[in-house]
Amino acid sequence: MNGVHDMGGMDGFGKVEVEPNEPPFHEPWEGRVMAMNRAMGATGAWNIDIGRHSREMLPPHIYLQATYYQKWFLGLRQMLVDRGYITQKEVEAGHALEPAKPLKRGPFEMKDLPRVMTRGTFARPTNTEAKFRIGDRVRCKNIHPQGHTRLPRYVRGHEGVVEMIHGTHVFPDSAAAGQGDSPQWLYTVVFTSRELWGPDADPTIKISIDAFEPYLDPV
Amino acid sequence: MAGKDHDHHHDHGHRHDHDHGSELSETQLRVRALETILTEKGYVDPAALDAIVEAYETKIGPRNGARVVAKAWTDPAFKKALLENASKAIETLGHFSRVGDHLVAVENTPKTHNIIVCTLCSCYPWEMLGLPPVWYKASPYRSRAVKDPRGVLADFGVEVSKDTEIRVWDSTAETRFLVLPMRPEGTEGWSEDQLTEIVTRDSMIGTGLPKADEKAS
Repeated sequence: MNGVHDMGGMDGFGKVEVEPNEPPFHEPWEGRVMAMNRAMGATGAWNIDIGRHSREMLPPHIYLQATYYQKWFLGLRQMLVDRGYITQKEVEAGHALEPAKPLKRGPFEMKDLPRVMTRGTFARPTNTEAKFRIGDRVRCKNIHPQGHTRLPRYVRGHEGVVEMIHGTHVFPDSAAAGQGDSPQWLYTVVFTSRELWGPDADPTIKISIDAFEPYLDPV
Repeated sequence: MAGKDHDHHHDHGHRHDHDHGSELSETQLRVRALETILTEKGYVDPAALDAIVEAYETKIGPRNGARVVAKAWTDPAFKKALLENASKAIETLGHFSRVGDHLVAVENTPKTHNIIVCTLCSCYPWEMLGLPPVWYKASPYRSRAVKDPRGVLADFGVEVSKDTEIRVWDSTAETRFLVLPMRPEGTEGWSEDQLTEIVTRDSMIGTGLPKADEKAS
């Protein structure tokens, strides 16, 4: 979706402000939100792409005004309601009122801790051949899917060069829609700044994205 | 939650707004309510949530990445392996649990300076660097890093020679990137432990440079 989360190349947000000696969490509730997100993800209630999409779907004015963990909280609560794990009535009551919905991998307990502390793998074997090789010129498709996608707007329609091949991975566009892993070849594609930002761009800059094969056309 | 809660929070989000206590506590109450519901329904054990929070507060931070960098600076065979397959190379160090299968280390040289960003959300090598800082997740960095990286570096007080190519890596998939900064001058003969002390978080994102006379915080 063409949301405000897709920020690459936008102007007007001002300088980067660095907070010296920043703590991991500024308020205790931020840690709880992070932990609830990790834990519910580990129960199999949803996948990482559904989680990302839930935050992208926040209304743009809220997305831009909310702090990071507020966005996580709003996305988390919405997913829990949308997927039937809790009800709006329970949110209003602040207590459980209905029976629990079974979780794919069961409740999150102490023994599950290692699973959230290490990163899972997103590689999925396929019997397909990679369409592109290192050094191939490719063009990002000019597509504007309504759902979740990891092809940022600023590269669409632009030409780049395949620099790395990462194997076949879960395809976020499919996984976020609940349509399965649908593994696709994943490439690092590098662009010149002038290709992306026009003839006045600083020629000493190169930018890469990681692009799934369905995002790319041969040149 | 309607807009009201957010009106006073900037996206770059530091809490210089402690005086808005009532709104903060409103968010706090809502978060607590949600945790109560999840606990009452038996979805999560709150003690396990405590353990997640504690791990991110105390165990997982940029020191993990700093040790990898210091090792690469002192052990050419490890450096070679790291640049070929960072996940595999780091596993051989033993003292890390799995860092995930998709870590890529990118090397700064006099010719190339690397910067990592996630324009779409906040992808970041958590296992190596801990939780990302607020600025990494906020709009100014995410919007500008791919278009004006030299300007972004200037915000950090970092100047990279005009003869050096700037390479921006936008983390748009599950691949995660770690910058291997250049070993600073004046560190000849230093031990791995000494070197670990000067590898800053920002130097592994590409928005900073390690310096022999500046300890990482």
